[in-house]
Amino acid sequence: MTAMNERGTPLVEMRDISIAFGGIKAVDHVSVDLYPGEVVGLLGHNGAGKSTLIKCLSGAYHQDAGEIFINGQKATINNPRDARAYNIETIYQTLALADNLDASSNLFLGRELVTPMGFVDDAHMEAETRKIMHRLNPNFRKFKDPVSALSGGQRQSVAIARAVYFNARILIMDEPTAALGPHETQMVADLIHELKRQGLGIFLIDHDIHAVMELCDRASVMKNGQLVGTVNVKDVTEDDLLGMIILGKHPEKAA
Amino acid sequence: MTASADVAGAPRKKSFIETLELDTRMLGMVVAFIVLTVGFHLVTHGLFLTPRNIFNLTIQTVSIGIMATGMVFVIVMRDIDLSVGSLLCLCSAVMGLLQVRLLPDIGIPLGSPLIAPLAIVSGLAVGAIIGALNGWLVGYLAVPSFIVTLGGLLVWRNVAWYITSGQTLGPLDDNFQLFGGINGTLGAPASWAFGILACAGALYALWHGRRAKIRHEFPVKPVWAEVVIAAVIVVAILGFVWILNSYQIPPAVLRRHFAAIGKPMPQGYADVYGLPISVFLLIAVAIAMTLVALKTRFGRYVFATGGNPDAAELSGINTKLLTVKVFALMGALAALSAVVASARQTYHTNDIGTLDELRTIAAAVIGGTALAGGVGTIYGAILGALIMQALNSGMAMVGVDSPFQNIVVGSVLVLAVFVDIVYRKRTGALK
Ligand SMILES: Nc1ncnc2c1ncn2[C@@H]1O[C@H](COP(=O)(O)OP(=O)(O)OP(=O)(O)O)[C@@H](O)[C@H]1O
Ligand SMILES: [Mg+2]
Repeated sequence: MTAMNERGTPLVEMRDISIAFGGIKAVDHVSVDLYPGEVVGLLGHNGAGKSTLIKCLSGAYHQDAGEIFINGQKATINNPRDARAYNIETIYQTLALADNLDASSNLFLGRELVTPMGFVDDAHMEAETRKIMHRLNPNFRKFKDPVSALSGGQRQSVAIARAVYFNARILIMDEPTAALGPHETQMVADLIHELKRQGLGIFLIDHDIHAVMELCDRASVMKNGQLVGTVNVKDVTEDDLLGMIILGKHPEKAA
Repeated sequence: MTASADVAGAPRKKSFIETLELDTRMLGMVVAFIVLTVGFHLVTHGLFLTPRNIFNLTIQTVSIGIMATGMVFVIVMRDIDLSVGSLLCLCSAVMGLLQVRLLPDIGIPLGSPLIAPLAIVSGLAVGAIIGALNGWLVGYLAVPSFIVTLGGLLVWRNVAWYITSGQTLGPLDDNFQLFGGINGTLGAPASWAFGILACAGALYALWHGRRAKIRHEFPVKPVWAEVVIAAVIVVAILGFVWILNSYQIPPAVLRRHFAAIGKPMPQGYADVYGLPISVFLLIAVAIAMTLVALKTRFGRYVFATGGNPDAAELSGINTKLLTVKVFALMGALAALSAVVASARQTYHTNDIGTLDELRTIAAAVIGGTALAGGVGTIYGAILGALIMQALNSGMAMVGVDSPFQNIVVGSVLVLAVFVDIVYRKRTGALK
């Protein structure tokens, strides 16, 4: 790992991660890392294993083999609570919202604000939700409705707000712009730039190569559960990345 | 729950009910309940809505009502508990055995003031532990709750039969019997005091809610709307107390009472029952469970898990442990119902609570708890229990044969759920 010498300790290092479902090796000896203030793109065809890999980091799955290091320390992440304790926040591809609850209940789920008496403080949570939504999606109005009544993009902005609100240090975004319109997508891009400036490390899964070229510092490409390679985005062309994704072919100038 | 967020922000004229921010579904149930009771009152030529019958109706609703509040949580979590009737029987058996045999055997004499509390605490513990066992099987071992509790339905009543040898146990302790209804009432002064305290509490809750909204600069209802709601609540509470306080204790009962304490009964002495302790218990449970559902993390997690178990898990909620807690709570409430039910009949029998699991589930479902999970209210479940009890006793009073009673109750259950589905589709709460 030459990178380590140049840039200090990585924020996250996933070493030799493997996980299988039944006979399918969804992730097969994959290693990726992430530095503070860096955005690492995860690319690959559908079913390549991107979501499964990052779910080992977010605590949704537990890897069969391999180790995770946070700030150089070996981390045990057995469930989402452990991941949160490491300041890892995740926007899942499925969004993972409770449809029957409103936006603020979802935003604070598992970390409710309470009154001195220990009761959940709905008014306070709604006020906080209004503040952050005003920043992320000023058009958002449906604070009282269950999120089942929201559009796909509105739901997505609730999921993004939840990940951003709690001062994550490591942010995992699994296709965060999948349901967003062009304007909202641009807002997420701006947000990623801003969070990057604040020193967060971001794993970004996205099928839009163009967006990855623009937002990411490095890109790791997966194919059939295996890592094709990791490249510095500056050193490659979109065609190089496409070649890696489709053919599994590593370009000459690797990171 | 109608969407108040008009996208363009153009203010639309709101209807009266919208301004009051009432739950229209609950309003519909209340109207159905009133129509039902007034209908029975007319058909029975004025026998149904008498203080005596209302008193009995509330007493008969307590046992199912208490369990229905717990069943709401269970069903909201997408589970079911078919074992509550049998568990009620087992808890009743344990408490009965303690009162008439075990505690006297270890030297606590019959009639000792220690008997009732010891029996009740033990019964609650048994209920909670068996409930927790159910929850562990469902949550950690992933056995479907339908199966776990179907097993429990068969197991626990027969465990009760085994430990009591199938015998009836009684009479139960006098203090214990205070929870049965007619044998334990607060009398007029305490009932009025309760009514006034309840009004004060309700008004405080309204005021507190409004203040919190104003503090965060959220829109609030017009003051007149708050006043209307407050007035309705106060009239309902005090009216209820007034009705219960109008039920005179029959002179024969009073004479027996004075004979028991060895004093002559004063000429022209009269007294009223007032609020039964068991009904007080149900109200307390209902308020507590409503607070738990709406204002605690535990309640929030129950609803979140019912709405989307994966999302709840990914949000760091330990849904397995939550399942254990919800079933344990259900078990404890079944035990509390066992106190009320056995105290009401003044002895334990092995058929106590038979079919109560179905009545409890029906009450919750009529009250708007969706079997798909994530949706349900405590007040709805209690209203559901009241509607079913009113149907049963009304039909009995009219002289409908008991098979027909069951046919009607069964049909009402299906009809209520159908109407609920139509309602939710109309209001867009169902996709
Ligand atoms: N819970 C599961 N049980 C069984 N197989 C699974 C499970 N989750 C993922 N898989 C399998 O693992 C492989 C990788 O899936 P994964 O969701 O990680 O793909 P992905 O790269 O995120 O794809 P996409 O771009 O479509 O989101 C797929 O073959 C998928 O079928
Ligand atoms: Mg995926």
